[in-house]
Amino acid sequence: MGEINLDEMSNEYFDVLRELGNIGAGNATTALAQMMQCKVDMSVPKVQLLEFKELGEAMVGEETVMAGIYLGIEGDIKGSIMFLLEKAAAKHLVGKLMGMESEGEEFSEMEFSALKEVGNIITGSYLNSLSSITNLAIYPSVPDLTVDMAGAILSVPAIEFAALGDRMLMIQTQFFDEMVLDGYFILIPDLDSYGRMLAALGINV
Amino acid sequence: MSVEIKVGMADLNVCVSPDRICTLGLGSCVGIALRDPVTKIGGLAHIMLPDSTTIRNNSNIPKFADTGIEELVKQVTRRGANRSRLVAKIAGGAQMFGFNSNSEMVRVGERNVQATKKKLAELKIPILAEDTGKNFGRTVIFYPETGDFVIRAVGKQEYKI
Repeated sequence: MGEINLDEMSNEYFDVLRELGNIGAGNATTALAQMMQCKVDMSVPKVQLLEFKELGEAMVGEETVMAGIYLGIEGDIKGSIMFLLEKAAAKHLVGKLMGMESEGEEFSEMEFSALKEVGNIITGSYLNSLSSITNLAIYPSVPDLTVDMAGAILSVPAIEFAALGDRMLMIQTQFFDEMVLDGYFILIPDLDSYGRMLAALGINV
Repeated sequence: MSVEIKVGMADLNVCVSPDRICTLGLGSCVGIALRDPVTKIGGLAHIMLPDSTTIRNNSNIPKFADTGIEELVKQVTRRGANRSRLVAKIAGGAQMFGFNSNSEMVRVGERNVQATKKKLAELKIPILAEDTGKNFGRTVIFYPETGDFVIRAVGKQEYKI
């Protein structure tokens, strides 16, 4: 099996990764709608391969406060996955889920754990679809949640990508219910897992 | 009029008083500010990984603590800073999440800080102040005029070191 080089990725690989991202985000949206018991629409995800320098600007700015849910994955695909949501959107989601308007700037302990659960379900359904398309086993770990500046949260997956190359693959999805919720998925498979994922889809690496 | 120079992730730049130089949202990465107090020439690097020698694809110099600091020293001295007068301030290296899937990546923030200190010691550049570790992100702004390293974090009063 050859090595995938993210810095010199062919269009074919990129298209495949984009399609995986589309399907994953679609599944995540369905899960979100079920959880919220309302209709949630999704825009076509934007898949970008970004240089580290451009990361913050590609999102909403490095200092925007966001909620980041991060979990490790084991199995045939190893690595980690992160889901990011702007703080206001996160507040809106949790408020709706708990059936009450969230008060104050900070998350209460209860809201924090509800948000963790939202992230768990969203990333879980994303990984599920990835697993069933590729027929590869994926076991997610317990999620961890942090609320901080976008740049600081992103430094975690960026550092994992940095060990492999100079770019990071990011999937941006907009969800809509009554408001627009900008969500970002970042899947970070290790290099071998990229090969396994593409090979499982019948693409020669 | 002074301007603000922005440094991205895996990036570095030189800054001369009265300008200021900043990097936004440092997480596990480390920001290293260098300054010659006499000429008031300084610079800032935003490194992501501790060691270029353990990574095969290591051509991106500002990405690593070892090569990034060396390059920053080179650039500030080229601009007119005196090598023997250089002093440093560092910030960042937080652990943003409690766990990490890849055990080697656990505490990468801490390892970045250690590697930064080791490289600065090797180059005999004293560290005047640091604000490292813990579990929160930091925006840093460095003023070569005064040597102030201003730090902003979510839910905290702005402070300087």
